[in-house]
Amino acid sequence: MKQLFPVKHVMGYIFSLILSLVALAVVFFDMSFAAGMTILLVAAAIQASLQLFLFMHIDETSSKKTLYLNIVYALFVGLVTIFGSLLAMIWGIV
Amino acid sequence: MKWDEFFVTGEPMIYAADICIVLASLAIIIGLTYFKKWGYLWREWLTTVDHKKIGVMYIISALLMLFRGGVDALLMRTQLAMPNMTLLNAQHYNEIFTTHGVIMILFMAMPFIIGLMNVVVPLQIGARDVAFPRLNAVSFWLFFAGAMLFNISFVIGGSPDAGWSAYFPLASKEFSPSVGNNYYSLALQISGIGTLMTGVNFVVTILKMRAPGMTLMKMPMFTWSILITSVIIMFAFPVLTIALLLMMFDRLFGTQFFTMTNGGMDMLWANLFWVWGHPEVYIVILPAFGIYSEIISTFAKKNLYGYKSMVVSMVAISLLSFLVWAHHFYTMGMGVVGNGFFSIATMAISVPTGVKLFNWLFTLYKGRIEFTTPMLYALAFIPSFTIGGVTGVMLAIASADYQYHNTMFLVAHFHYVLIPGTVFAVIAGMHFWFPKIFGFRLNERIGKIAFWFIAISFQVAFMPLFFLGLNGMTRRMYTYSPETGFGPLNMIATIGAFGLAIGFIFLVYNIYYSFRYSPRDTTGDPWDGRSLEWATHSPVPEYNFAIIPTVDKLDAFWFAKQDKKSLFEGKKIEEIHMPNNTGGPFVLGVVFFFLGFFLVFSWWIPAIISGVVVLILLAMRSFERDHGHHIHVEEIVETEQKLRGDNA
Repeated sequence: MKQLFPVKHVMGYIFSLILSLVALAVVFFDMSFAAGMTILLVAAAIQASLQLFLFMHIDETSSKKTLYLNIVYALFVGLVTIFGSLLAMIWGIV
Repeated sequence: MKWDEFFVTGEPMIYAADICIVLASLAIIIGLTYFKKWGYLWREWLTTVDHKKIGVMYIISALLMLFRGGVDALLMRTQLAMPNMTLLNAQHYNEIFTTHGVIMILFMAMPFIIGLMNVVVPLQIGARDVAFPRLNAVSFWLFFAGAMLFNISFVIGGSPDAGWSAYFPLASKEFSPSVGNNYYSLALQISGIGTLMTGVNFVVTILKMRAPGMTLMKMPMFTWSILITSVIIMFAFPVLTIALLLMMFDRLFGTQFFTMTNGGMDMLWANLFWVWGHPEVYIVILPAFGIYSEIISTFAKKNLYGYKSMVVSMVAISLLSFLVWAHHFYTMGMGVVGNGFFSIATMAISVPTGVKLFNWLFTLYKGRIEFTTPMLYALAFIPSFTIGGVTGVMLAIASADYQYHNTMFLVAHFHYVLIPGTVFAVIAGMHFWFPKIFGFRLNERIGKIAFWFIAISFQVAFMPLFFLGLNGMTRRMYTYSPETGFGPLNMIATIGAFGLAIGFIFLVYNIYYSFRYSPRDTTGDPWDGRSLEWATHSPVPEYNFAIIPTVDKLDAFWFAKQDKKSLFEGKKIEEIHMPNNTGGPFVLGVVFFFLGFFLVFSWWIPAIISGVVVLILLAMRSFERDHGHHIHVEEIVETEQKLRGDNA
């Protein structure tokens, strides 16, 4: 029974909930912009790697080529969306 | 809340719809009971995890939604047929163009394509089902729950009325206080989750479950298009999910993401919507390209010209599709740099699209062309879609777009790409793969009558809109005065719309007629096809292939037929492991429907209960053990003999 219970996943789930609460705390506690941003970025980075390694099994793949291709595509879409939005919403406006 | 706020009242058309809904529901319930079909419905359809049946359910839903969206279109066209018509008032017209757009894109085009890919892709790659059959059923039932939730809005609570793009601030609580846009946000979220899971499912299916020997570059073009579409779905739909979530928070919980005050940004909605929305148009067009590639090469009796360039241009389109979204709001005032960038990126898309068009033309060149119904749609697609594409390049020029923006010219453009592109493709695909699913072809004569009605009426209905747009008629105006001079062209467009309706009636009648009278196909390969789906029997047995075929080149089935060889040589029939049917996905869909419905009306206690039930169902699934079942060799041999028609 012990090996059947997914301890790692339950822990990962609880940990991701805690990280979400930490991010939420930034709104409720009065802190400087820099401090808040630091907490958010650190929490986001941990959260992302938690999801990638624990739930998406990124380290278990056999073909590194597809993996890198996938990450590059995801980064491409993500960065284009962020910087494109900034261009359209803020930088471009004169 | 009083009952007259709950039900929509005061319009004779709505009362008629109420009566129709009640009568139709009663007819279905009485019919099922009288013919004792409840058990059949539950066992064979509601609980199925078979990709073919799920595909058929998607296509039936899509046809129903085509009818719903089509009636919306006819009402709008009738209202616009002459100046100062009073069939619809402004509010009713707003609701109708909103539901027409949402339903046609998300609940007609999408499920039709997902239905075809469900039916065809596993067969084309020689697999027995998709990678996650049960997840596939969940996808369908979530889509269906979302679609039904959206569809009841016009009789219960009122439909959304801020356009299919639901721009803020108009779609905010402040300016749209009715529950209409709550329906929009919740129904689309629920069905969007289903679509996202379909994307994941098909990426895994295509990457992991291809028949031995079928490398990526030996896959049929339709499968390639679905792989790329699924990748776009995976990257685009999360944006919509989050945007709709923020919209829900703004409308239900009083947050300020898209408001004009308190640090909110109304145009951010438009931005996020189109970050999803532009890739979405490629999600509905790329599978259409795949369908046309299959049909054109089958009926020109030639292999597809420029296979590699077809693949490369689809990959290029998938990357570019994420680079162009801001061309939907050039006039927002994002500055010269922004407009310039998105303008050039948009025009760049026409290059890979042009490559594909020329490849189809070269495939046709010197081919032995058979003018079957699916081929007619493919041939009508090429010139019509080109008009849509060329006007798209006109719209892509940011400075010129200041003239075209929000006029009927734009409406004509996107109908010219979506109807010959997607709608003709799914109809052609339905005719093409129909014998595979049901074992008989649709009648060619009625099919061609329907084709000519649809193809000609389409031009009659939408060509005038280009000129109306250039004359200054804006979209979404519910009426106009005689002095504008818009009358005659609008009348022509309305005649075309009714012609389209007649064509679709022929199409549906053809299904009934062929079901009754069409000769049954015993070969499994009625069109002399090229890819693996034609290598098995029609209708396809539960397990698809008794023996998994071995492939050594593109169109292996075609070449095997030429060389009088078999793809199944050297292998014995073995026991087949198949997934079990389950009622779980259906129940999950029903609970999600109620969750959405209660949230729409902000009935918190029932909503929380439904939400908890969803969580319980998911948790139960985690602890459920279901190892599927095995089909034994004798049973397979028996089925195969029966399907071959010999009784030995």
